[in-house]
Amino acid sequence: MFSRAARSWVLRTTGGGLGTRGTHSPGGSARSQGKMAPYYTNHYAQRSYPMPDEPYCTELTAEQQALKEKEKGSWAQLSQEEKVALYRLQFRESFAEMNRRSSEWKTVMGCVFFFIGLTGLLIWWQRVYVFPEKPVTLTDERKAQQLQRLLDMKSNPVQGLASRWDYERKEWKK
Amino acid sequence: MASGALAKPQMRGLLAKRLRFHIVGAFIVAVGVACAYKFGVAEQRKKAYADFYRNYDSMKDFEEMRRAGIFQSTK
Repeated sequence: MFSRAARSWVLRTTGGGLGTRGTHSPGGSARSQGKMAPYYTNHYAQRSYPMPDEPYCTELTAEQQALKEKEKGSWAQLSQEEKVALYRLQFRESFAEMNRRSSEWKTVMGCVFFFIGLTGLLIWWQRVYVFPEKPVTLTDERKAQQLQRLLDMKSNPVQGLASRWDYERKEWKK
Repeated sequence: MASGALAKPQMRGLLAKRLRFHIVGAFIVAVGVACAYKFGVAEQRKKAYADFYRNYDSMKDFEEMRRAGIFQSTK
C-alpha cells in the first residue's frame, strides 16, 4: 500500500504529466505566469524531462498570438527579444534557472546532526537506566591477567600482539 | 543567436570520451592498488614470516610457555 502511494507520488512529481493532467484539469492545463496553479497539476520542464507536452502559457494576449503567427514563418526574421519571448511562452524556467542550487543541504545536515544528537542522549539514558552491571572480567585487574596470559602463550608472534612485546626486557617494544 | 562569442561545444563522441577517460583511470587505479598491496602488505608479510622462522627454536619456545604455566597437559 505504501509503495503504491509512493509510486503515484513519484509519477506525479516527475514524469507523469499525461496521466495527471487529464484527471486534475480537463480544461486548459497550462497556466500563464499570473496564476498560482497547484504544483502537481502541470509539471514543468526538468533536466530529466526537458520537453513537456504542453507549453507554459496557453492563454496568450493578442501581441503574443501575433508573435506565434510570426513564429510559423522563417525564424531568421525573429529578433533576439522575440526568440526569448517565445522561449518564455513555452517554458517556465531556463535550464540555468531550473538547475540553480539551493540551500536544502543546510536543512538536511541540520536535521542529520540533530537526530544524531538526540540518539546520543537516548543512548546515554539507556546506559544509566537500562544496562545491567558490567561482568567481573572487565575490571582492570582481570584484563591485565588476560593480557599476561596472551603474552605467555605467545599469541600472534609474527606480526601481532606477541611480536610487539619484548620478552627479555618485559616491556612493549618501542 | 549568432552574436555570442562562445565556442561551439563538443557535439559528438561524448560517451566515448567519458568512457575512455574512465577506463584508463580505472585501469591505472586498479593496477596501482594491486601494486601497493603487493609491496606494502604481501611482501612485508612474507618477510616478517621469513625473519621469524629463520632462527626459530620451537623447543625453546615451548619451554618458555611451559614455565609460564599456560598448559593443562604439563607443568
